[in-house]
Amino acid sequence: MLLDGINTIRACHHKEGHPHHHPHGTDQPVETHTHGGREIKVVRRVLDANDIMATVNRKLFAEKKLFVLNLMSSPGSGKTTTLEKTLQHLMPDYRCAVIVGDICTTQDADRLAASGAPVVQINTDEFGGDCHLAAHVIEKALGGLDLDNLDVLIVENIGNLVCPAEFDIGEDKRAVILSVTEGEDKPLKYPLMFRECDAALLNKIDLLPYLDYDVRLAADNILQIHPDMPVFETSAKTEEGFTPWLDWFKTAVKEKLG
Amino acid sequence: MHEMGVAMQIVEIATASIPADLIGARVEKVNLKVGKLSAIVADSLQFCFEAVSRDTALEGARLNIMEIPVRAVCNACQNEWTIDLPAFTCPQCQSGDITLLSGRELDIESIELAEEDN
Ligand SMILES: Nc1nc2c(ncn2[C@@H]2O[C@H](COP(=O)(O)OP(=O)(O)OP(=O)(O)O)[C@@H](O)[C@H]2O)c(=O)[nH]1
Ligand SMILES: [Mg+2]
Ligand SMILES: [Zn+2]
Repeated sequence: MLLDGINTIRACHHKEGHPHHHPHGTDQPVETHTHGGREIKVVRRVLDANDIMATVNRKLFAEKKLFVLNLMSSPGSGKTTTLEKTLQHLMPDYRCAVIVGDICTTQDADRLAASGAPVVQINTDEFGGDCHLAAHVIEKALGGLDLDNLDVLIVENIGNLVCPAEFDIGEDKRAVILSVTEGEDKPLKYPLMFRECDAALLNKIDLLPYLDYDVRLAADNILQIHPDMPVFETSAKTEEGFTPWLDWFKTAVKEKLG
Repeated sequence: MHEMGVAMQIVEIATASIPADLIGARVEKVNLKVGKLSAIVADSLQFCFEAVSRDTALEGARLNIMEIPVRAVCNACQNEWTIDLPAFTCPQCQSGDITLLSGRELDIESIELAEEDN
């Protein structure tokens, strides 16, 4: 139900004649009689099980002095490539690990493991879907890592611009990658993702000479959704534009670890 | 796309909300609040819900989705407005320093039980 999907929603604005009693200061189910059977107040976030687990993760990350980045994008925008290069620059200073959500291959995990960082690959089939990493899936994956001997954990989320935005995993920062082979209007079509992130990368700028792509427009669209968000124009292939991105990353790590 | 997981959670929460003394109670309606910024497609949620509610107390129940607009307040000039275009700057002072007041909801408000005929 993203903003421009307004027409796809069949909303029911009216609940005909239901008396609405909003109970205060109670979390007990409250019954109100209506023309049907009875109505039982619930008032709970549907995803509160995930939020609770994300809070547990966040507490653990604080205890272990571990900085966690959640990296998201559409399929193929360059998450793994960006990570391979980013790890090369971080590894001399920080002990890094990666959790990667790859639905059915070990390709990304293999590529990332070449950096020397421990990599945990997770399969997402079990929780009724494979479109995002949920907090409890991360919690499980943490069992495969020696958290006491790590400073930075990067989570490569499932390639998807919709669902991962809805699921807090306990991370410190979120970054989204948009590549210049995708439409400039992606941020407007997936506003939640761009609202929820702390930084955006406009990747594959090495391809610009071959494309009819308006980088300015793409960046403006990102800023229209999230004014003041840092937008880094990068090429994970050539590492062009990587310095500002790495600086942002290192600053965020220092903020957390001191 | 994560509607299946959301539907499973709805069934779980709704089932747990039925008072324990009501043996064999059936839910006929689930009232949901869904913010316009949330990443949920109503039709897809309905479809998944029908699948996962089979053989539960929610089988055949209707999902009643109340759509919640995206409201924001500007931290610079205190202007409050409804965002209906994908643009998140204050229309009054152009500040980007805003706080969302609503639009992210994905809440179960209540469930309605079917009339018992005993
Ligand atoms: N030219 C160019 N190609 C890139 C760049 N970054 C990534 N690619 C290529 O784009 C393809 C996908 O890159 P990945 O890094 O695997 O993308 P991903 O986001 O991890 O993909 P999924 O995990 O499948 O969602 C690969 O062929 C990369 O070599 C870049 O900056 N420039
Ligand atoms: Mg990848
Ligand atoms: Zn203002």
